[in-house]
Amino acid sequence: MSVISDFSATTARENVTRAIARAREVNGEYNALLAIIEDRALERADAVDRGEITGRLAGVPFIAKDNYLVFGAPTTAASKILGNFNAPIQSTVIERLEAEGAICVGKANLDAFAHGGSTENSAYGPTKNAYDTTKVAGGSSGGSAVAVALGIVPFALGSDTGGSIRQPASFNGVFGLKPTYGLTSRFGVVAMASSTDVMGVFTNSAEDAELLTDIIAGQDVRDMTTLPDFFKPADLLKPQQRIGILKEFMTDAVHPDVRARVLAYADALRDAGHTVEEVELPILKYTLAMYYIIVPAEVSSNLARYDGIRYGQRADAPTLAELYGKSRDEGFEAENKRRIMVGSFVLSSGFFDAYYLQAQKARTLLIDGFNKLFETYDVLIGPVAPTPAFGIGENSHDPMTMYLADVMTVPASLAGLPAISVPAGRSEAGLPIGVQLIGPRRADAALLALAKSLENNSLLENAA
Amino acid sequence: MTQITRDDVRHLAQLSSLQLSDQEIDALQTDMVSILGYIEQLSELDTTGVEPTYQVTGLENVWRNDTVQSGVSPDTLLEIAPASHAHQIKVPKVL
Repeated sequence: MSVISDFSATTARENVTRAIARAREVNGEYNALLAIIEDRALERADAVDRGEITGRLAGVPFIAKDNYLVFGAPTTAASKILGNFNAPIQSTVIERLEAEGAICVGKANLDAFAHGGSTENSAYGPTKNAYDTTKVAGGSSGGSAVAVALGIVPFALGSDTGGSIRQPASFNGVFGLKPTYGLTSRFGVVAMASSTDVMGVFTNSAEDAELLTDIIAGQDVRDMTTLPDFFKPADLLKPQQRIGILKEFMTDAVHPDVRARVLAYADALRDAGHTVEEVELPILKYTLAMYYIIVPAEVSSNLARYDGIRYGQRADAPTLAELYGKSRDEGFEAENKRRIMVGSFVLSSGFFDAYYLQAQKARTLLIDGFNKLFETYDVLIGPVAPTPAFGIGENSHDPMTMYLADVMTVPASLAGLPAISVPAGRSEAGLPIGVQLIGPRRADAALLALAKSLENNSLLENAA
Repeated sequence: MTQITRDDVRHLAQLSSLQLSDQEIDALQTDMVSILGYIEQLSELDTTGVEPTYQVTGLENVWRNDTVQSGVSPDTLLEIAPASHAHQIKVPKVL
């Protein structure tokens, strides 16, 4: 059911004013937003109300993760080094939404530079879960997920490098789509790992995700890895689909409430006429190791640009070398430094072949494994994360414990596949749980169509 | 298992242009032993004859028209620089 369409009944100024009032009301408690964009948003709202800006999203307010370059507020990436950075350009995704009349009213909290899965690595404090403020929001796009769950805005933008849209969507009971790599432009978003970074949306329904993806998708001359637009909103193309449950994601190590919701979703799929059976993809065992080699390597390269010279915070230092070292030490969070260091290690001479090259070869085997399954199955399903939202501080003592929470989202990222987190009910403790639907490359619209077809299924009645 | 000494951490910090405190070096040594200990399991996997995948789109040699487009002005960029002088970005002595 579309929530976005409700916004056409009221003026843009009312929509924007209401969103900002709601943001101010709840942000003290949840810390979902790092900035509210008021002046520019109201100017644009008035232009919509005067009929000067029209489009499919005319007067609809939204929030962008604070790694999207947006006019009207700084872009900090939740880091200190970009604490005062006012972007001189806007991201392509923002430009496309604005061209349809949407209005950005705020910037959402994240793990600094999107490094993390809980939003606890923000330089500006953690975001709290929308259902329980003692739990994490998930991450790295935690603020965006919470902003939609709390009803501040009908949609928000996130970025997903290894699960950063899907996992917070699962933890806060909203829809989150990570499109096929190359469907949405990365231009104007602070880069994390260029070979897996994908831009996508948080919404209240599959239908809204479809509308928004249709708007933001497509080739961009400013991002040479974008593909010609293949996204076509559709109803269910195949009435009887073959669906595989990934066995490696349903072990005893997974929280029983999570397994129960995946099995309930499988029952709903069967009830709707689809075939569901267990499938194996043994190489999944190695994907987290691949991810934590490839991504830190790309992170260490992408973060080399933050040197205190051309923009961002600069430390006082007598020599250039000390200026670089001190600006970066002061400007990055502990997790940023950890990933830069691991990246420098796996790329350094003597270790490159054993780590980085081996991981990229393993990635080929992972892609081959997925391709083989998609010869038989239309869609693969499984949990988004091994547990519902965990406690704030619970996993932050050891980085490896935190990394293990990414184990189910990184495979689709490394293979560039579309994947969606669909709300599928609650844990016994009342926390939302999402189910992950993974499709072959370019099957974004088909995945959304499947999710849409199940939205009113009675077997999922207690879904968030 | 790969051993990571404090000197290794210092060397990597230098390669990464990070001026770390002694406390940070200790913490990173512990964390890196744990992280590298985990990712090392990838060596079990037989990848003989497998080509690496560096990017997933399959795109090659993407061309665009070589036309001048309006961009960001030098003045705007100088405004966001931490220090400038005589229409240039100012930095400490290099040598």
